[in-house]
Amino acid sequence: MTILRLFWIYLRVGVMTELAYRANFFIRVFQSLLELGTALAGLAVVFAYTDTLGGWRPDEIVALLGVYFLVGGVIGVVIQPSMEAFIESVREGTLDFTLIKPEDSQLLASIQAVDLWGFIDVILGSVVLIIALVRLGERVDGMQAATFGGMLLAGIGIVYAFWLILATSAFWFVRVENILVIFQSMYEAGRWPISLYPGWLRYGLTFLVPVAFATTVPAEALTGRLNSATLLGSLGLAAALLLASRAFWRTGIRHYSGASA
Amino acid sequence: MSGLFDLYLQQFRTSLAAMLQYRAALVIWLIGQVLEPLIYLVVWTVVSATQGGSVGGFTTGEFAAYFIVLMLVNHMTYTWIMYEYEYRVRHGSLSFALLRPVHPIHSDIADNVSSKVISFPGMLLAAGALGLLFRPTFHFVPWAVAAALPAVVLAFLLRFFIEWSLALAAFWITRVSAINQSYFVAMLFLSGQVAPLTLFPGWIQMIAAILPFRWMIAFPLELLLGRLTPIETMEGFATQILWIGLAWILMRTLWRSGVRAYAAVGG
Repeated sequence: MTILRLFWIYLRVGVMTELAYRANFFIRVFQSLLELGTALAGLAVVFAYTDTLGGWRPDEIVALLGVYFLVGGVIGVVIQPSMEAFIESVREGTLDFTLIKPEDSQLLASIQAVDLWGFIDVILGSVVLIIALVRLGERVDGMQAATFGGMLLAGIGIVYAFWLILATSAFWFVRVENILVIFQSMYEAGRWPISLYPGWLRYGLTFLVPVAFATTVPAEALTGRLNSATLLGSLGLAAALLLASRAFWRTGIRHYSGASA
Repeated sequence: MSGLFDLYLQQFRTSLAAMLQYRAALVIWLIGQVLEPLIYLVVWTVVSATQGGSVGGFTTGEFAAYFIVLMLVNHMTYTWIMYEYEYRVRHGSLSFALLRPVHPIHSDIADNVSSKVISFPGMLLAAGALGLLFRPTFHFVPWAVAAALPAVVLAFLLRFFIEWSLALAAFWITRVSAINQSYFVAMLFLSGQVAPLTLFPGWIQMIAAILPFRWMIAFPLELLLGRLTPIETMEGFATQILWIGLAWILMRTLWRSGVRAYAAVGG
């Protein structure tokens, strides 16, 4: 429960800072809508020439797009801003202030910055997802909804652990924000079903940069394509990566000697 | 004239030295430049394969060739001047550029070209690797390839002038991200980055022919692939030159009134 209480505090701080710049809201809504429109128009061009793409029907790809926006929004609300702030704090030495607080340092570092407007993508993604499911006439029963929720959480957990591991390497390499840029360009690939890509790229998007688990796998759960091997694999990988990133974080903290704040 | 030549030479030297300091950033930037065309390459080759090997006048191999060459042409004409200007105006570092006795666009062009001199071999390597992986089909038309060279240079100038003008929006508006994003969306569709323009409905092709976007990427690209007739090529060159003239006038006008509107912050 500490997580929720602390997240609530940081969220309130985020809201208060952003409310000073209210015009940003309209700019961000405009940008999110533009991005969504671009993606949908791109799909329209592709589906003018084919009925299915790698076995996925148009509305199923739209559902995947919804998941893509939803997860991208979650990353944008807290994971990305916090990790960037953390890397910055290692370089500047202000991490010291985080370390002396009486809460778990990994938790504090992971939620220290909240970008309120990222919720726009979460909401847009959910709306797109619901519309796609209605159009598909898909009857999502309790079991399917639970699997989807589970896969979504596992996917977000995997992405978080992946970012944390990369960010933690800042203790040794200091300038790692560039590596995070790679994740953003790779994440773009998650807009399409991972099965589309040739073997080497699919492998990279599954294990090297785990984009597949964040977008394709939850969408598979909703469209009834998920097999139990992928389900167990996603849960297993989430657990393993979360534990590994935790261990790596502890090693990193021990290694950190401060840079004179 | 020799003064300008010396200026470019010197700017090349300093830019090269600066770029070589940030090799890792350059590699990461290259990965991003390769990934986007790669995604559409994959999508369209899959579409073509599902439809029996050809879609809208492109075979699977021709799609591969289209997106690989697109990657190269886009790289050659690419600029990042909009981000640069937002920073320059917001942080006031433009004040220093204004103090110099030459127009700041010269150092920007030199900067852009020298960064490409360094990154182009990497891009060629990536194109070669994609060529081995996706087996593109090329139709080599000697005169068209020869004509593509000036077409790429003109496309670069056009894109540079247009994006430099757009970058000047930073003089009046401090948050330009929404404007830039709208520009990129138009660019994405109308310059042929999502799909070859001939795959779009007629009215979009018409808009694309009138607006400058097609002439910044799609025209030299289609020329390199040998998909244009000599007449279309001549028309293309004429449109490119016309747009460069318009963009140049726009740029001068904006620059003159922009510098007056510019109030240095910090610096």
